[in-house]
Amino acid sequence: MKIRVLVSFKDTVLDPQGQTVKNALLTLGYDFVKDVRQGKVFEIEVKDIPEEKTRKVIPELADKVLANPIIEKFTWEIIE
Amino acid sequence: MVFPGSNCDHDTYHVCKDVLGQECFYLWHKDHNLKNADCVILPGGFSYGDYLRSGAIAKFSPLMQELQDFAQKGGLVLGICNGFQVLLELGLLPGAMLRNKNLKFLCDHVYIKIENTRTPFSNRGERNHLLSIPIAHFDGNYYAPPETIEEIKRNDQIVYRYVDVEGRITEEANVNGSIENIAGLTNEKRNVLGMMPHPERVSESLLGSEDGRIIFESIILSLKQA
Repeated sequence: MKIRVLVSFKDTVLDPQGQTVKNALLTLGYDFVKDVRQGKVFEIEVKDIPEEKTRKVIPELADKVLANPIIEKFTWEIIE
Repeated sequence: MVFPGSNCDHDTYHVCKDVLGQECFYLWHKDHNLKNADCVILPGGFSYGDYLRSGAIAKFSPLMQELQDFAQKGGLVLGICNGFQVLLELGLLPGAMLRNKNLKFLCDHVYIKIENTRTPFSNRGERNHLLSIPIAHFDGNYYAPPETIEEIKRNDQIVYRYVDVEGRITEEANVNGSIENIAGLTNEKRNVLGMMPHPERVSESLLGSEDGRIIFESIILSLKQA
């Protein structure tokens, strides 16, 4: 099974890298761009464990390791 | 304390031992013993190459359990630069670090002001005293949610702030974008301090300034008084 975890800054936290990407896009003429938030993607391959366990453990490890809950939030999905 | 990727450990050791004449030893992060240290210093550098987030992997080092207990019991812990980032990730200090506001690695001399002298890391200084001190970091933009900032201010936990040469707390002097110009802060009990500037790089006249000595001399004084 493969899981994808997406970590990004909380909406209340300024994301200067996202802002810089946004400005670059606007400079290139993509004037419809309203905002850009940059994040991190983790693809985690797991051994054959029950899906129920996966659903319990993935948010736990994302909260403990992959994201810093003070500044970041995360979403996750099973991709394979 | 030494992690893979620490690079200010020798400078810090040199200042404590050769400049200030203290008994000093390295603690490898994989050990399980603080060897009766009176004060543990987490040095600057790039522990684990700053992978994931600065300080994020170092917090899982085996020696961290002992460090948590040591801090819990009131032991003195100083985190410099990457050491500060590790202490934040560990939760020994409140808040987190974001990338510098200008998205650049900053390697420069800045001025910081002593905001609170009633800590083991600043008791040799005078309030509002200015220190000229180097910084070298990418992620030094201190952030904490508004309610945490209120608490930090209420408890007088801000020890050092970025200021201009006149000692004014300005936006321009706030090189990395930190909330409230925070350059260094303690926990509520005041036995743990994290600071982004590098006092170990300005602790002997040979290197141009002794402004950083105040931090180490304060620690020595408070240990002698204890």
